[in-house]
Amino acid sequence: MREGRTIFIHSDLDIVSARVEGRELAKALGFGTIDQARIATAISELARNIVLYAGEGTVTIRAIEQGGRKGVEVICEDRGPGIEDVNLVMRDGYSTSRGLGMGLPGAKRLMDDFEITSRVGEGTRVVVRKWLR
Amino acid sequence: MASEIIRIPILQIEDFLVASIQVALHDRSAVQFRDDLLQRIYETKAKGLIIDLTAVDIVDSFIGRLIGDVAEMAALMGARVVVTGLQPAVAITLTELGLELSGVITALNLEKGIATLRRLVRQDEEEEGTRDARRAHDLYP
Repeated sequence: MREGRTIFIHSDLDIVSARVEGRELAKALGFGTIDQARIATAISELARNIVLYAGEGTVTIRAIEQGGRKGVEVICEDRGPGIEDVNLVMRDGYSTSRGLGMGLPGAKRLMDDFEITSRVGEGTRVVVRKWLR
Repeated sequence: MASEIIRIPILQIEDFLVASIQVALHDRSAVQFRDDLLQRIYETKAKGLIIDLTAVDIVDSFIGRLIGDVAEMAALMGARVVVTGLQPAVAITLTELGLELSGVITALNLEKGIATLRRLVRQDEEEEGTRDARRAHDLYP
């Protein structure tokens, strides 16, 4: 099994690296093509948020196991401006930047678990998981 | 960092342009692709454009929106756009993302895409013909 890997996100080039990493891990774990695409697309949305709002950050992708089930976990962290009202950004169509306002709610729909913690002035951490069925 | 930009070849077949995306596009290459497509439509006076996504396994909201933009911008220039070869996983993730691309016409594959384009362009020309005839009749009844 692969170890977790952290990808530093500085530019749009890193978004592609992160999602390729996610897809490869998902494939190695036995996820089907549709779930591979869901995981890779969610990573793309979350990594783009880092570039757009924080400028830089990290995406850590790793295999997880819990209660006999396997999955992929993606942790996105940045030290950007943070989000004042998390409920607001989770609404479809809400956007403060060039984003489509579907990055976070979109990623949530594509994955099984979604957790977000954010502090204004400190940064944002988003954790998403997809479990193998 | 211009060297990092990937250029997608755009081919011309009769009145149509065809571009098939075969690589993972990062954002700047995607924007370059959009600009190249519009420039080629302008230069060639193409009546239609096919964007083939057969080899594309991920379309995120950025690329999805860009494809929608190309269709809209091309329409302003008088060209029709058909997107072909959407993989099932791509169709599913786009819908789950909330990006339905309702303004984009799609076809199963390149062959059907060309047929769709021909039909659309013929319709446009017929409508134009009817309009011209009507205008001529109004001017010289």
